Amino acid sequence: MKRLVILGGGTAGTMIANKLRAALGKHELHITVVDRDDAHHYQPGYLFMPFGIYNTSDIVRSRHKFISDGVDLVLTEIDRVDPAYRVVHLADGRTLSYDVLVIATGVTPRPDATPGMQGKLWGEKVHEFYSLPGAQALTDAMRRFRGGRLVVHITEMPIKCPVAPMEFTFLADDWLRKHGIRERTEVVYVTPLDGAFTKPVASRELATALTDRQITLETDFAVESIDNDAAELVSFDGRRIGFDLLVTVPLNMGADYIARSELGDELNLVPCDQHTMVSLAHPEIYVLGDAGTLQTSKAGSVAHFAVDVFVHNFLAEYRGEPATHGFDGHANCFIESGNRKGMLLDFNYTTEPFTGNFPLPVVGPFKLLKETHLNHLGKLAFRWIYWNMLLPGRPIPMIPTNMSLAGKRVEKEVSAEATGLPSIGAPSSPPPPRPAAPAAKPKLEGRSAPARPKAAPLAKPKGAATPSQAKPKPAPSGGYVDRPGVDSTADPATVLPNPIIPKF
Amino acid sequence: MPTTLIAGRPIDVNDEGFLVAYDQWDEKLGGELARLIGLELTDAHWAVIRFLRADYSLRSETATLRRASTVGGFPIKELFELFPGKPAKKMSYISGLPKPKGCV
Repeated sequence: MKRLVILGGGTAGTMIANKLRAALGKHELHITVVDRDDAHHYQPGYLFMPFGIYNTSDIVRSRHKFISDGVDLVLTEIDRVDPAYRVVHLADGRTLSYDVLVIATGVTPRPDATPGMQGKLWGEKVHEFYSLPGAQALTDAMRRFRGGRLVVHITEMPIKCPVAPMEFTFLADDWLRKHGIRERTEVVYVTPLDGAFTKPVASRELATALTDRQITLETDFAVESIDNDAAELVSFDGRRIGFDLLVTVPLNMGADYIARSELGDELNLVPCDQHTMVSLAHPEIYVLGDAGTLQTSKAGSVAHFAVDVFVHNFLAEYRGEPATHGFDGHANCFIESGNRKGMLLDFNYTTEPFTGNFPLPVVGPFKLLKETHLNHLGKLAFRWIYWNMLLPGRPIPMIPTNMSLAGKRVEKEVSAEATGLPSIGAPSSPPPPRPAAPAAKPKLEGRSAPARPKAAPLAKPKGAATPSQAKPKPAPSGGYVDRPGVDSTADPATVLPNPIIPKF
Repeated sequence: MPTTLIAGRPIDVNDEGFLVAYDQWDEKLGGELARLIGLELTDAHWAVIRFLRADYSLRSETATLRRASTVGGFPIKELFELFPGKPAKKMSYISGLPKPKGCV
């Protein structure tokens, strides 16, 4: 009998446990889920609390109620994972051995990572809504707010639910209007990105939505600290933005046991294959939900689609068949835009969000990147779907695991090459090899001051035993490739005499 | 994908001007790329660039400012002083690497 240990009983962990329990008997697969407590939070609901739309009872349920009978649920903190011995050490001293480990402990907000965020204004004028206590405190702050400057701020990407700060801004605008204080309030949206969103078409549509609401957009803002005396956000390049109410999204990081286990990168995210979610360092460890490094949104819809792929492949391998499914990065996100309307984004690794209809061409019924009442209803309906269909592992009608282009108004084909992520043309192919170590392995010559994670983030490449067997790197980001030789092999007649200089 | 003459050599770049091949870069080219955007490189700049190049060769991903800070040991404030304006973008451009992934 195989032993599967799932770290994290949130969206991804619960779905995996339930789907695999339904597929395999207890004598075939022993499943253990580990989480620190028995409170399962519907995290998308935090957004609605400050506006009095949801309260705590809409958001929190008991974890064990949503995890099938026949799954062991262990409630304690995780101390560390020891991949060499395939064992998880729990904080209470117990150990759990595994054949396959799923890391699904997500990311959490870390307000302590930004100097001054938890200063004297924390909970007074400085708030966040990425935790239940944070959303509760902000609910009171919104009720007390009498106008001035409201600043909505993202500390650093990636964050889970990357559209949530934008949704908060739209909902706040609507809420301020309804309370008659919008005219007395300046709303500023501050982002470390160079636009309203990461992808061009969505960025354009969302920037328009901000402009329409007289919301100021401040881009490229890398926050250095929060000045509590002046009540100002301070950036590394010296900009200062004063606020009467700051709603920030703190740095998001993976769990601390991942750092203790030397499994993560500088944000405690576990590097994993983009299509199979297998850890790049340990083939018996999978990373689902927000905990990994998938180059797509950290969102429940992504967790759902990726879990489908993982479960299919897990069962195939269990039966001794090849794992044939590959995840395409599919994300499907409703964006609440206020006034009982919403927008919808649907995209994957290689196709940015476009306008159009979803899931069916012409008839929709949902409109992509356009504000409609039906999109808003879709967003609200999702809470019911989450508790009643998603977590129990029931299929959600109409929405395919892999993204479809049907109904989308494609503005500019973004090829797999352009984004640097291989398409899933050959689904049976194994995970792409890690870059082989060059013969003369360059040393990381950083300063010695901070402790540098040892092997974990720079894990030894798999399948690249010796430099002589070294293969070229897999196509990494931006269509960036290794070329043999130093100069371009382009036809000299086509070479442009003057360099192209990027705009900074 | 255009090819342009930089420091007298044909170099493949993307539409924005970033190099598209790790091995077409050398330190002389790095110096020229810096000059094109108005920077003169000091030892402090080179320490960052060499870290970025080495880190990329191991991870196939350009280090973010946070990674350069926590793993490389270069304080973010200093990166803003060395590469003013948009340090992550400038560092990757000069190092002949892709821009760090805009997150999704």
